[in-house]
Amino acid sequence: MSDPILTVQNLKKHFIIGYTEPPWKRQPITVKAVDGVSFEMLSGETLGLVGESGSGKSTVAYIIVGMYKPTDGKISFMGKDLYQESKRPRELQKAIQIVFQDPGSSLNPRQNIKQILEMPLRVHQKGKSYLEMVIHLLEIVGLPPEAMYKYPKMLSGGEKQIVGIARALATNPSLVILDEPTSALDVSVQAKTINLLLQLQKEFNLSYLFITHDLSLMRNVANRVEIMYLGKICEVADTIDFFQKPLHPYTQMLLSSIPVISEEEESLRPQKVISRGEIPSPVNIPKGCSFNSRCPFVMPICKEIDPTFTKMEKGHSVRCHLYNKQI
Amino acid sequence: MNQSSIPILEIKNLHVNFKVYGGLLRVLDGLDFHMYAGEKIGLVGETGCGKTTTMKAILRVLPMPPAEIPTGEISYKGHDILKMKNDELKMVRGRGISMIFQEPTAALNPVFTIGEQMEAIIQNNIRDRRSTSSINIKELAGLSLKDVALADTDRLLKSYPIQLSGGMRQRVCIAMALSTNPEILIADEPGTSLDVTIQDQILRLLRDLVEKRNMSVILITHTLGVVRELTNRVYVMYAGSIVETAATKKIFQKPLHPYTKGLIATVPRLSGGGIANGIPGRIPDYKNPPSGCRFHTRCPYVMEICKHEKPSLYQIEEQHSVACFLYTAGE
Amino acid sequence: MDAPMNSLPNNTHIDVETILRIQKISRKEEIGRNWYKFSRNPISVVGLLVVITVILLATFAPYVAPYPTHAGPYTDFANAKKPPNWTYLLGTDQIGRDILSRIIFGMRSSLLMAVVVLSLVVPPGVLLGLIAGYYHGTWIDTVIMRLTDIFLAVPPLILALAVASVLKPNLWNSMMAISLMWWPWYTRLVYGLATTLRNEYFVTAAEVTGASTAHILFREIFPNTVSPILTKMSIDVAWVIIIGSMLSFVGLGVQPPEPSLGTMIADGAKYLPDQWWIAVFPALAIVVIVLGFNLLGDGISDMFASEDA
Repeated sequence: MSDPILTVQNLKKHFIIGYTEPPWKRQPITVKAVDGVSFEMLSGETLGLVGESGSGKSTVAYIIVGMYKPTDGKISFMGKDLYQESKRPRELQKAIQIVFQDPGSSLNPRQNIKQILEMPLRVHQKGKSYLEMVIHLLEIVGLPPEAMYKYPKMLSGGEKQIVGIARALATNPSLVILDEPTSALDVSVQAKTINLLLQLQKEFNLSYLFITHDLSLMRNVANRVEIMYLGKICEVADTIDFFQKPLHPYTQMLLSSIPVISEEEESLRPQKVISRGEIPSPVNIPKGCSFNSRCPFVMPICKEIDPTFTKMEKGHSVRCHLYNKQI
Repeated sequence: MNQSSIPILEIKNLHVNFKVYGGLLRVLDGLDFHMYAGEKIGLVGETGCGKTTTMKAILRVLPMPPAEIPTGEISYKGHDILKMKNDELKMVRGRGISMIFQEPTAALNPVFTIGEQMEAIIQNNIRDRRSTSSINIKELAGLSLKDVALADTDRLLKSYPIQLSGGMRQRVCIAMALSTNPEILIADEPGTSLDVTIQDQILRLLRDLVEKRNMSVILITHTLGVVRELTNRVYVMYAGSIVETAATKKIFQKPLHPYTKGLIATVPRLSGGGIANGIPGRIPDYKNPPSGCRFHTRCPYVMEICKHEKPSLYQIEEQHSVACFLYTAGE
Repeated sequence: MDAPMNSLPNNTHIDVETILRIQKISRKEEIGRNWYKFSRNPISVVGLLVVITVILLATFAPYVAPYPTHAGPYTDFANAKKPPNWTYLLGTDQIGRDILSRIIFGMRSSLLMAVVVLSLVVPPGVLLGLIAGYYHGTWIDTVIMRLTDIFLAVPPLILALAVASVLKPNLWNSMMAISLMWWPWYTRLVYGLATTLRNEYFVTAAEVTGASTAHILFREIFPNTVSPILTKMSIDVAWVIIIGSMLSFVGLGVQPPEPSLGTMIADGAKYLPDQWWIAVFPALAIVVIVLGFNLLGDGISDMFASEDA
């Protein structure tokens, strides 16, 4: 875990979802899905990205993997600018892969597992028979060769997700984005899948961008955690610091909302901040700090000025007026 | 908890099969369950254990072919639901037992306004009751919405489901389920499709409402944390039957069945500690389920007898029973 | 440790034979499962049997029809307008030709028309629909769909009549006419499906990995449209036959003395109600064929419907 493998600088993604009336004076209605996100990922680490709907976490992931073009900002992977050319070069396509959230829809229901796993092989390697490579992939993730001719609906949720992981590994990536990889799975299946992911990470020296809203899971998987709200990062810290000393009120609200199963964990949850209010629509982001409509510690300045990052201690930064002593 | 003489809902030895290509899926394999009025029961189990089937059987909405119920009894206040005729069933559904579904978006009809849907439900269930004719049905609908902490009810009643957020839709579903004043509320994974901060609000709301009205609740979920917060007694289900039941506190402090232990161990802890190994194997194929105890192929403590005989629920202490030969007297 | 795909095992403990065995077993299972889903509704099986019978009759018409020569220039006024009897099972028409044989040959031209029209119409229609759907929102979409709209705006029968009257009235030209107005329906159908499918995660997965557009259109999106296309095709056979019969009823289409179900009805209409068999049996034949294909279509859509057990 040493050098940065991915550097994201001031990333922005705005979607135009329509126009205002009247038609002769129309203005575009934009959703600022991602509005100025900067972070670094180190080689071999698991960076956790936490957020709820509208936070922009999935959009960040999709931009990194090449699904969307950023509206502004720069992303460098191993020193190379990802968006320098209009079409991403093959090398970079192979190096960054993604595992989607919903195993049910991330596999083509009309293809069998062999065809699903052949697709990335076929794109990046010429050859007549991919049979051996497919079997090898299945072996790596712990599935028997008989699974090859099965269709997704014959597999359980956990097995489907494992196929998704195998597909992501087929191109020898260095960075794998995991978008809520276990949210749709039962808790015991989740454990198996996470363990497989961790084992694969060690074996193949992968870096993971792990997106989830499950903080208990994050606590046990990530090296560092970032939390996003309505397109911006609120807090970044090493995992242990993040959970022992959550600074941002949204972080505290999130932590206090998780159902836990032991008293020990209950005592770790912030007791004072409970969830209230609705998540505003990303079309109508409040002025000033986007969390001001729900924040229990809101101050007048929060409704006017959007806070900037304050570095608190090693690796722990928070973007909140409560800690911004300069003003 | 209230202990009136008979349970308000009791399931005895329920078997449910499905006819499919290649044979018979023997899903429910002798399910036993009981609930007294006022209890909050959790039904915990993972995907494929049969909890949805059980729920559908209670409300008698299983598609009868391919499903079939060879034996079993589901008693609601002493009367067997499985033997009821249609008009008796109408009394049970909605007025006796009401349900909230996992996906509020799917449970609401997108082409009707909230008001139209709520009024239809109230109207259907009011017809045979005495004297609420003086209260306007629209008012009743508005009151139901206020009960679930929704504001601006007039505008809400005129809105379509798609105009509401996920949390609001779930509240509307809860309002609809409660508008008929049921005695039993069945909640199927409430809030799982919502963001975690919104889910927390919904669960707190549910808890308050249930307390206020002293309703009996069956909470179906695979999220153990939710069970711990909302229920006083838990049934743990695996592959079509109950493997353990206990008071909620007990189940977390002293889980007995190997499956329960495995399940609790795999829940990631906020306090850290890594991720447990998970339970080896996968859920059984109901066409060819394992002989004897259906969990024996995955059990770390499996014994010879487990492969041949199926253990029945055996009471260990007050309010704590397990279906496992590790604890049955005689072993 | 090596990256995954750089370290192939040097002893693949699975040999080719086992793979082929697994493949054969899976294929057999799939066929069995599909048949189960199809046959659960016995009426679909009836439809299938009817369709098979019709196809066999049509294919082997010269060998199956009791009087194959009656399908050509043949007259026998002595035996004209005879009601159904043991020699002529469905009776004879006004020229003395055996109605049963003419119906069998008439089925032949009806089916031929359906096969030809669908072969001409389905590939381009589906292809345009896939492209327009995948490029939804761009000029490609606009051009293709507006073209489709233009063809759909013309009333089909009028178009067919116009084309058929400009060209010589015969079977082939009427097939061309019907084809011209039929393809847009497939484009519309596939367009609607493709616009939704292109947002599925598995399509995104392919795009992100760098798969070619051809792969995405034909290997990812198209297989998910096969079921509605097949269902529509089987019902369309019925429709083409009906429209073909309508065309020959008004004299454009199969020309006498070749038999066509529509012409037979037209000719026989004059002799209702006394010699009812001349018109009624061909009409019944159309009903049976149409019903058979519709039931088959139902069965096919059941087969593709997802099952959850």
